[in-house]
Amino acid sequence: MIPEFPVRVSQALGNERVRRNIRRTMDGLVLKRHKAFPDEHELAVLRRRGKLIRGHALAHLPDLLEELERNCQRNGIQVHWAETAAEGNALVRDILRRHGADLVIKGKSMVSEEMGLNHYLEAQGIRAVETDLGEFILQLGDERPSHIIAPAIHKDRVEIAQRFAAHFPEYPYTEDIEGLTAIARRIMREHFGRAIAGLSGVNFAVAETGTLCLVENEGNGRLCTTAPQVHIAVCGIEKVIARLDQLPPLLTLLTRSATGQPITTYVNMISGPRREGELDGPREVHLVLLDNGRSRIHGDPQLSSTLRCIRCGACMNHCPVYSRLGGHAYGTVYPGPIGGVLEPQLQGLDRLGELADASSLCGACGEVCPVRIPLPALLRRLRAEGVRGRQGSRVVGQGSRRKPLHRLIWTLWRWVNAYPSLYRGLTGLGTRLRWLMPKHLGPWTRTRSAPALAPRSLHELARSEGFRGE
Amino acid sequence: MEKPLSVYFFGTCLIDMVLPQAGLAAMRLLRREGIEVIYPQGQTCCGQPAYNSGYDAEARTVARCQLDAFSRDIPVVVPSASCAGMMKVQYPKLFAGTPDQERAEALARRVVELTDFLARVLDWRPVDRGAPLKVVLHQSCSARREMGVADAAKDLLARLAHLETVEPDHAHECCGFGGTFAVKQPEISAAMAADKADAILATGAQVLVSQDAGCLLNLGGTLERRCPDAAAQPSPRPAVKHIAELLWERTHDS
Ligand code: SF4
Repeated sequence: MIPEFPVRVSQALGNERVRRNIRRTMDGLVLKRHKAFPDEHELAVLRRRGKLIRGHALAHLPDLLEELERNCQRNGIQVHWAETAAEGNALVRDILRRHGADLVIKGKSMVSEEMGLNHYLEAQGIRAVETDLGEFILQLGDERPSHIIAPAIHKDRVEIAQRFAAHFPEYPYTEDIEGLTAIARRIMREHFGRAIAGLSGVNFAVAETGTLCLVENEGNGRLCTTAPQVHIAVCGIEKVIARLDQLPPLLTLLTRSATGQPITTYVNMISGPRREGELDGPREVHLVLLDNGRSRIHGDPQLSSTLRCIRCGACMNHCPVYSRLGGHAYGTVYPGPIGGVLEPQLQGLDRLGELADASSLCGACGEVCPVRIPLPALLRRLRAEGVRGRQGSRVVGQGSRRKPLHRLIWTLWRWVNAYPSLYRGLTGLGTRLRWLMPKHLGPWTRTRSAPALAPRSLHELARSEGFRGE
Repeated sequence: MEKPLSVYFFGTCLIDMVLPQAGLAAMRLLRREGIEVIYPQGQTCCGQPAYNSGYDAEARTVARCQLDAFSRDIPVVVPSASCAGMMKVQYPKLFAGTPDQERAEALARRVVELTDFLARVLDWRPVDRGAPLKVVLHQSCSARREMGVADAAKDLLARLAHLETVEPDHAHECCGFGGTFAVKQPEISAAMAADKADAILATGAQVLVSQDAGCLLNLGGTLERRCPDAAAQPSPRPAVKHIAELLWERTHDS
């Protein structure tokens, strides 16, 4: 059982080491992004473009998905549809079984995390080996990613060195990054040589050409998608875009927002299995398109903007809450502001509605999002649906976060503030009786001194200084 | 916007009850510039606390009260970017599709945050009568983002000849107030406030100012706890003031 959110928050805030690691990396990523967009005007233009391209794709989603399927099939890619994570898992298993694969090498894929694919396959007797360095480190400790693009940022070099030493005693102990990478590379290479199947995610799927685009920095993605006989790509249905010429602006937004890179070291454009006469490449390419709640989100005109997300992670990097908690405290696959918006929609407000409260609504996420998702507005809307519900909304768990006490407080608040004479009477009384005010005001005064009520309210002062009161 | 003959002043509920001297300072500043300042006695709260907690109906009822109180076609000056943002950016959304939509949009157009009004509309050029002082400026998230008026506060302070103004490390980051956030997520809020308070202390400034009373309450309270001895060395605790108080203090004949 994962402990409740407030418990996880306490644990996260109490872990100095993790906090330091995360903060350091977040500060670094924020700075890199900042430097990558030196021209504010260009950034504004690009973000508008990004929003339009993704918005256009979502507006034509069913048609584009059909076009994608047709063009993929024409390219020799086998297309499969999964409505749920369970269906997706079963599809992947069947493909692997058909080829007698007991091992699959994996490039980084958040959708496979969402499906819980690794554990599912393991229970089916198939070993899934992560080959992204961060994911590889986490898999050794059966940990979940704490960030969507930098999964192991909560770990520092020394922790990684110790973990390697425990798992690979045959290699000499090192804390040197090059040395650690070399060990990982050597171990992975054995898997690359042996595996007959590789699995990857997809950053963008181009409908017009039936091309799957995948960006990465380590080359492991290229190996997973080209070295084995079979390549399986898992992809959320929202990742489709209409045309190939829409890719460059999205890619530059993605990489610059994510890591500040003008482009990643590897940009893989996958357009089918090995053709006649070609010397390498997989014999089979499969595309598994996963819905898993996305079409429900898509049906809501405002919430569907959630699906514009290109998973750059910038909203997390800039979030003052995420940068103090790290991803694990959220207890979900997608953490941070996008997690607070997406996860309650995927899993219901009754289960995860509290994540929408884990924001001061400071607006930092909305300000940096490369596709201009109005994250603060969506968080606020989900709060409202949690406490009251909204007619016609398809988000599960409407009104499930209603608490009678809160309801009462806000009703009283409304009474006081909706009747100016009552308000003036009470504030006047409050300032006069301010010595009665408690020194302890619940959570507020745990770390702060209590605010003192003024001897006279501004209403009174304004009157006595002769300001017209209308 | 041109310099108006009269303006409304929306004091905000927080300033009304906890920091009225800031509201009064702002109104005096405006009056001294020859503007008639009207403080409708029918004003209460902008409604943001309920709105941000998801209680839209309650927020709307209270917000409607402000539509009534500020009905004439003159600017509404607000000494808080957060409350100004609520009225300027959120009211049109809150009342969309209701009979009050037009009134809400009209009010939204008339709302001006105080420092923005002083710096841009009045192009206020004060004479600094104060002694040299080091000030640390904390800008609220609403000032930076929702309202986009962070430049105004900086500008105003720069126009005071004897001030040295600095910003804390991680200046762009939220102080952790967030209205009901501070109560709903007390631990996260406290962690954010603690970091901000330390960054403020590290500047060694004598005074902390902001255009938002919420941040000041949060940071002032946290500073007091983290640094109980106000004169502690090497970084004494700064005095905490709303920017309007500082501007008034340093520019009026006493
Ligand atoms: S919501 Fe925006 S900022 Fe956050 S990961 Fe998605 S695209 Fe990036």
